Amino acid sequence: MTDIIETEDLRKTETVEYWINELFFNRLSIKDYVKSLINPFNIVAGIIVLVGLAFIFMRFAFGLEAITDSSNTQAWGLLLGVGLFTGVPFSASGFVMGTAVYIFGLKKYQPVVTNAILLGFLGYLFAVVFLMTDLGRPWRIYYPMILSFGPASVMFLVAWHVALYLSVQALEFSSSAFEWLGIRSLRKLVVGATLGLTIAGIMLSTLHQSALGAMFLLAPGKVHPLWWSSYMPWLFFVSALAAGLVYVILVSKLTQMFMRNRADERYLASLDEITLGIGKACALILFTYVGLRLTSITYENAWGYLQGAYGMWFLVEFLLFALAPLMFFYGVQKKNVGIVQVSALVTMIAIILNRLNTVYITFNWQFPHRELFYWKEVIVVIAVLTIEVLVYRWIVNRMPVLRQHPDFIGEEHG
Amino acid sequence: MKMSRRDFVKIGGSVVALSLMGNTAAAGTHSFTGYPDRYGMLSDLTRCIGCRRCEAACNKANNLGTPKTSFEDTSVFEEKRRPYVADVGSYTAVNRFEVDGKTVYRKVQCMHCEEPACVSACLVGALQKSPEGPVTWNEKVCIGCRYCITACPFYVPAFEYSSAFDPKIQKCFMCHQRITNGTVPACAEACPVEAITFGKRDKLLKLAWSRIWGEPDKYIDHVYGEREAGGTGWLYVSGVPFSKLDFQMDIGTTAYPELTKDFLSIVNLTLVSWPAVFGGIYLMNHKDKKTHTEEKEVKK
Ligand code: SF4
Ligand code: SF4
Repeated sequence: MTDIIETEDLRKTETVEYWINELFFNRLSIKDYVKSLINPFNIVAGIIVLVGLAFIFMRFAFGLEAITDSSNTQAWGLLLGVGLFTGVPFSASGFVMGTAVYIFGLKKYQPVVTNAILLGFLGYLFAVVFLMTDLGRPWRIYYPMILSFGPASVMFLVAWHVALYLSVQALEFSSSAFEWLGIRSLRKLVVGATLGLTIAGIMLSTLHQSALGAMFLLAPGKVHPLWWSSYMPWLFFVSALAAGLVYVILVSKLTQMFMRNRADERYLASLDEITLGIGKACALILFTYVGLRLTSITYENAWGYLQGAYGMWFLVEFLLFALAPLMFFYGVQKKNVGIVQVSALVTMIAIILNRLNTVYITFNWQFPHRELFYWKEVIVVIAVLTIEVLVYRWIVNRMPVLRQHPDFIGEEHG
Repeated sequence: MKMSRRDFVKIGGSVVALSLMGNTAAAGTHSFTGYPDRYGMLSDLTRCIGCRRCEAACNKANNLGTPKTSFEDTSVFEEKRRPYVADVGSYTAVNRFEVDGKTVYRKVQCMHCEEPACVSACLVGALQKSPEGPVTWNEKVCIGCRYCITACPFYVPAFEYSSAFDPKIQKCFMCHQRITNGTVPACAEACPVEAITFGKRDKLLKLAWSRIWGEPDKYIDHVYGEREAGGTGWLYVSGVPFSKLDFQMDIGTTAYPELTKDFLSIVNLTLVSWPAVFGGIYLMNHKDKKTHTEEKEVKK
């Protein structure tokens, strides 16, 4: 399996090379480095990225119409549906694991915390990339920060918080980058700020994760009643906690499969225990979520909508949500890491469905005919996500993410 | 338990910095009772003859370019057109309905809500309810996020998806410019049968009800827009039920900004209380642990 994502072994014999070589080409000559990049995974990824970039270019040359099916009844499509509304909840990984380790002092989770923060950071970074692609006038993206304020808008809050939180996560992750670059003084500075950054992260995340739900409070007649509820902010927040956690479980599994040579013993040996521990938390969070969801539907008096196609579709999503905590619970009881990982996958699918259903699939449910998304939009989404994976791999191949940097062992964060 | 000064400064600092932001967010949520003397429009659907002169006048007043089909062409009634149709080149559209053998025309355009959903959605304040009544849009600050389209319960704002460099939000602005210059909006001026009346909203409301009371058999007992979505600047009276004319009947009477008000009001609370809660947990956890970097540094 390891040959699908070919990663060069960093633990080769140390040679004296140029630092650029060391930092960027993984200690290979440029020729060998380029050669090492040619493998089936990279070729497929490369093609997807190229096609996607061509479509993005079309979008900036000819307007959104060229790649999306967004309309004056349905303004947002997959770009935001996936990139912002689905990407951001999973990017809660950084904030939940950071809180667990740095605030609650759960040292057990220390090995995965850097990875969780990197995943969170990239998630937000690419949410901004998606946003820039979808905004009508992306060159004005900073306007709500300095030029013109709409403080009564929930989206104003989202914009500010995403911007601030992106910076917070960049700082949090920068300690790994500084270890990689060997800049001790700066690293010490950001490590010293861990507590402040983590608490800022909690505040910002609580609010903008729920704000993403609150944005749809303004569309009561448009989002289907089985999804629209005045509880949406809380439902979005609670499910984002679960999303962040299952993201850590699943990516940990993937790193175990594909990026072993970038991880150290401590990381690999701790994953099973960590997965079980997170599984326990997920069971609790998802039980809460299911309870909250049932309450919300009763509160909005929406059970009558259970008939018909949307009702069936709701049941599919809801059954996944209901199944997930039971599976987590069972897996943890049996100490079966595999079951916990499968439960994480089920949760992930449920949350993706939930976000897409709210933002996109059930939006304008009263309309008799609704257009599906444009295929070009799907390609763009896949391409941007592929770039995210490539950037992630590039970083993990170089910086101490799945391992401790030998020079800094014993100098972990708080 | 002792809180080190650094911890204290850090926690305190983030409280102050973030609650400032919260204040701005909460400031916009106080309740709004409407500008006095704001203008509105009244459409009397029993009078409209479907001549489309309002569309033509709108096109001219707003320089919207030559339309694909002429304004005399009645074939456009084959389909139900949306408030802004680029092909038609107008911020308003008249649609035809057959209700119980009667032909009824309905003009659609922005409702100029009293407390608009689009305004509370706009994160840069490009959309504003002007003191004169029209809901206006500021091209200079709009970032094209299209949240206004998502939020508007009447499906009014339109976006120029085919424009890469300067896509605009298109909708009726109730001829704001003309109003401030003291002229009547173009559509009201052009209507040959006075189906559109321009005036102060409170006066129009009285006029609407006096028409209904004056001819109770001709009109149904409802002024659409009096309460819908918290009240709209554009009012309608009709001889047939509004539900048969594609009016949104399920939007209730709550003003849309109310829907997010509760959420925005908890922002401050969270910003102020979370640092205390989590800072406290942190201190409880780390009281005796020597491994903590901060304490190590303090001791050095
Ligand atoms: S009808 Fe729509 S666009 Fe017009 S003011 Fe109301 S919310 Fe805004
Ligand atoms: S598209 Fe423009 S006017 Fe509409 S909400 Fe966004 S910034 Fe405001």
